[in-house]
Amino acid sequence: MLKKLSLATVAAMGITTSAFAAGGAGKVENIDFSFDGPFGTYDENQLQRGLKVYTEICSACHGLKFVPMRTLTGSGGPNLPEEQMKAYVAEYPVNDEAANQHLYDPVEDEFRALTPTDHFPAVESAGAPDLSLMAKARAGFHGPYGTGINQFFKGMGGAEYVYSLLTGYTGEEKEEAGTILYENTAFPGGWISMAPPLWGDDVEFDDGHSTELEDIAEDLSAFLMWTAEPQLIARKQTGFVAVFFLTVLSVLLYLTNKRIWAKAKGKEE
Amino acid sequence: MAGIPHDHYEPKTSGEKWLNKRLPILGLAYDTLMIPTPKNLNWMWIWGIVLTFCLVLQIITGIVLAMHYTPHVDEAFASIEHIMRNVNGGYMLRYIHMNGASLFFVAVYAHIFRGLYYGSYKAPREVTWIIGMIIYLAMMGTAFMGYVLPWGQMSFWGATVITGLFGAIPGIGEPIQTWLLGGPAVDNATLNRFFSLHYLLPFVIAGLVAVHIWAFHTTGNNNPTGVEVRRTSKEEAEKDTLPFWPYFVIKDLFALAVIMVVFWAIVGFMPNYLGHPDNYIEANALATPAHIVPEWYFLPFYAILRAITFDVLFLDAKFLGVLAMFGAIAVMALAPWLDTSSVRSGRYRPMFKWWFALLVVDFFVLMWAGAMPAEGLVPTISLIGTIYWFAYFLVVLPLLGVIEKPLPRPATIEEDFAAHYPAKSNAAGTTSDATPAE
Repeated sequence: MLKKLSLATVAAMGITTSAFAAGGAGKVENIDFSFDGPFGTYDENQLQRGLKVYTEICSACHGLKFVPMRTLTGSGGPNLPEEQMKAYVAEYPVNDEAANQHLYDPVEDEFRALTPTDHFPAVESAGAPDLSLMAKARAGFHGPYGTGINQFFKGMGGAEYVYSLLTGYTGEEKEEAGTILYENTAFPGGWISMAPPLWGDDVEFDDGHSTELEDIAEDLSAFLMWTAEPQLIARKQTGFVAVFFLTVLSVLLYLTNKRIWAKAKGKEE
Repeated sequence: MAGIPHDHYEPKTSGEKWLNKRLPILGLAYDTLMIPTPKNLNWMWIWGIVLTFCLVLQIITGIVLAMHYTPHVDEAFASIEHIMRNVNGGYMLRYIHMNGASLFFVAVYAHIFRGLYYGSYKAPREVTWIIGMIIYLAMMGTAFMGYVLPWGQMSFWGATVITGLFGAIPGIGEPIQTWLLGGPAVDNATLNRFFSLHYLLPFVIAGLVAVHIWAFHTTGNNNPTGVEVRRTSKEEAEKDTLPFWPYFVIKDLFALAVIMVVFWAIVGFMPNYLGHPDNYIEANALATPAHIVPEWYFLPFYAILRAITFDVLFLDAKFLGVLAMFGAIAVMALAPWLDTSSVRSGRYRPMFKWWFALLVVDFFVLMWAGAMPAEGLVPTISLIGTIYWFAYFLVVLPLLGVIEKPLPRPATIEEDFAAHYPAKSNAAGTTSDATPAE
């Protein structure tokens, strides 16, 4: 029995690798995002560029219904100046009235303008998923050997998944049950119903930053990581402080413990 | 207390005397804190403190989270996002609570396997062991229901799969399942009762923990030799033991601080490492996730559940799987009566050591098998793993006691301790070999 079981264990180790490699999931490339690793933080300018890409392109079909618009100001995020945020919010259109009935004003019989305390409106009319948590609802990295420990340095790979999806179109199309599907190397199954949303030069940045497909895809992915995990920087700072002080406490307790036990162990006198 | 002779509390000031006549609470605290503890306990005896800490941590973070959470199918998912985005420190509270559950299970598994190796379950500590098993079951129930509360895809489908197990019981299964869910499927009634019970059970666990501690304070701690503390006189008892305070309190706190460093690194730098991405998608009864997996701490027993893929007589595979899963915990609870060896500690059992090591490997293989889709070799590996799990408790433990020739044991704990830490006078050169503080 012992032999049989150790064989099973060896077999088990072997399959782990291949099962995760096959997995049915698509190909996700690693990007060195500024927020990877224990000390990574968001790049404010990148988040602002990503916000612009979202506003001008994605928001036509995808909502961000869990994200309060006021959080666009303040550090740890896009950090828009308050006036700019207010102007942005006031102009923000509600595309899908059915999904945003809470914004309907029955007295005036119209949809009221958004305010900073509102969330980004939901968009359900196109049947597209909400993007608020997308970067946490997908994981690109599971290695090594399915343990997922490389997340410590690379993050979960959700932002990388978004990036790989946006840049993973091959140009092939097919029609299935009346819907056009587009081939995509990152999407599980290989065929996605979303038409390629970004082509390069889809937006213009005031500071003249590159608008190549890869660059705006990266900016947007970073922005969606922020919408999914807006407290990432504060969380890492808390973690750092806690780890530091607990390490000091551990050393002090180690020395105290050694001292207390010294006599019992006959190491004194 | 403990049957081990030791000094008892004597009220000294008039205030203490006054209180002691009316409520002997200071005496209780004194006896609990100063309990004579075998001085040779190793680092595997720290998990009790870690577990107590986890329970308190989970209750405190949980109570605050409950202040901001809404147990309704339309609002639960959004209320979690409210906690993550709007509540002051809410993201930390939630991540601590999420990962605190994992730490709780790391500690409980270490604690259980410690007990299995050193024979802590054997007479006279059977009651401590049984209460421990009940605590473990209550923990699993609490964790399972807690995982449903965020109302993500894994919450919903995990709840559907696990409550479906009860539906597999022949005849009465379906009415029981409906009764548990509060309706024909997982819905608002389910979420409400799970929230209610998730809040209740931790306090039940706290009560059971008090009884667990009471039980082993009555029998005294086991120790790595399995040799009992001498109780013939106070002098002899004092040679085998040291008071819990300060020796073991400081030792345990040191271990806890080191564990907290790792815990906070995970909470701070990779808080979603042990979770599942699908739980960031709101529950949808119309879209089944590609691969439903429970949290890591359920995986070994989930593998046992799925290991039975064949019907036996009139019993179908699903029901047999359920029986196997609950049976796997039941045989563990019966260990005190299945183990026939007169030797308590695995340290002095040359054959037992290997079978025990295999059980630990088996546990991890089953954990891996539980995470994999049930295809290819996985069902076979799960079945082999399940067979060994049962064989260890039902065949190996009863037989080893008869055929195994145990190694000589030290006569006293004092002797064992002295062998580890020879006094400087007679063995000056060897002190540096000793592990600090062990």
